[in-house]
Amino acid sequence: MKRYLWPLAIFVVMLGFLGMGLQLNPRDVPSPLINKPVPAFRLPTLAAPDTLVAPDDLRGQVWLLNVWASWCVACQQEHPVLMDLAKTSAVPLIGLNYKDQRHLALTWLGKHGNPYKTTLFDRDGRVGLDFGVYGVPETYVIDKQGVIRLKFTGPVTPEAVRDKLLPLMNELGA
Amino acid sequence: MRVVLMILVLGWLLGPGGVAAQAPAESKAAPLSADPVLEARVLKIAEELRCLVCQNETIAASQADLAKDLRQQIREQLTQGRTQEDILDFMAQRYGDFVLYRPPLKFSTVLLWAGPFVLLLVAAVVLLMNIRRRDPLAEPAPLSPAELQRAQRLLDDAGGTP
Repeated sequence: MKRYLWPLAIFVVMLGFLGMGLQLNPRDVPSPLINKPVPAFRLPTLAAPDTLVAPDDLRGQVWLLNVWASWCVACQQEHPVLMDLAKTSAVPLIGLNYKDQRHLALTWLGKHGNPYKTTLFDRDGRVGLDFGVYGVPETYVIDKQGVIRLKFTGPVTPEAVRDKLLPLMNELGA
Repeated sequence: MRVVLMILVLGWLLGPGGVAAQAPAESKAAPLSADPVLEARVLKIAEELRCLVCQNETIAASQADLAKDLRQQIREQLTQGRTQEDILDFMAQRYGDFVLYRPPLKFSTVLLWAGPFVLLLVAAVVLLMNIRRRDPLAEPAPLSPAELQRAQRLLDDAGGTP
C-alpha cells in the first residue's frame, strides 16, 4: 500500500508548487533598486523645459514617482486611481513622462486630468533606464532620505493603494 | 527513440551556453551602426541578457522597444571602451540578476544552479532502490519438463473438479 501512496504524495506536492506558481506574476521582477537611493537625474519638467529637477529637490519628504506615457494604454486605466490619490493624499505625486513627446503628453494630461505635482520629461528614456523601468506604468515610493522603498509594476489599482501604498507611506511618516 | 533522446540531451549539454544564444540569426535586429565588428560585439553581449518585456527572448532577438534601447545602450558603452563585464553589471544593477541568462552563483541562486544535479541524484537513488527491490520479484524461471509433469499429475489427482 505504501508504495502506491508515494506517487500520490509526490503528485500532491507538485500540485502545491504548481498552484503556488499560478499565483505568482511573472512580470513582477524584483527590483534590485529597492532600499537603494534614487538614481541621480536632472530632468526638465513637462510644463517648463527650462526648469530642471533633481532628486535633491524632493528630499525631506515622502514622494511617489509614477512612470507614464501618452502612448501607454494601461496608464489610462490607472489614471482615475491616481486622480483620487492626488485628491486624498498629501504625498506629492511626481510623474515621469517616459519616451513621449511633449505636446502629446500635455494634450493627454489636458484630456484626462493632471494628478501630478510635477511631471519630469524623460524624452529618450535614459532616466527610466536608470530606474530599471521595463513596463509602463510603474510606481515607486521614495522615502524622506531619497531611498526607493517600493516598486509597483503595472497599473495601480484601488486595492494596491489601500493595501500597499498608503500603509507604507504612513509608516514612512508621510 | 532512445538514441534520438540521447542526441538531444548531448546536444543540449554541449551546445553553446545551454539555454542562451539560441536565437536564429534571421530574428536578430538589423544593425543600426555601420561597423560590423562593433555590431557583433553588441549582439554577443545582448545574447547574454533577457528582455524583460518578452521574457523568453534575449535582448539580441527581441524587437521590443526596451530591447532596442538596451542594445543602443550596449553599443554606446562599448564605444566608450567599457568591457562586457562592465555592461552586464550595469544591466544587473538596474534590472536585477533576472536579466542575466547566466546568473552569478550566490546564496539566492544556489538552488537554481544546484537544483538539476540534486534532482538527478535523487532520481538516481530512487532508481537504484527500485532496481534492488525488483530483483526478488523477477519473473520466475519457466518450469522444467519434470515440474510440468508433476503439475499435470497434481491436476489430474484433483479429479477434474475445479
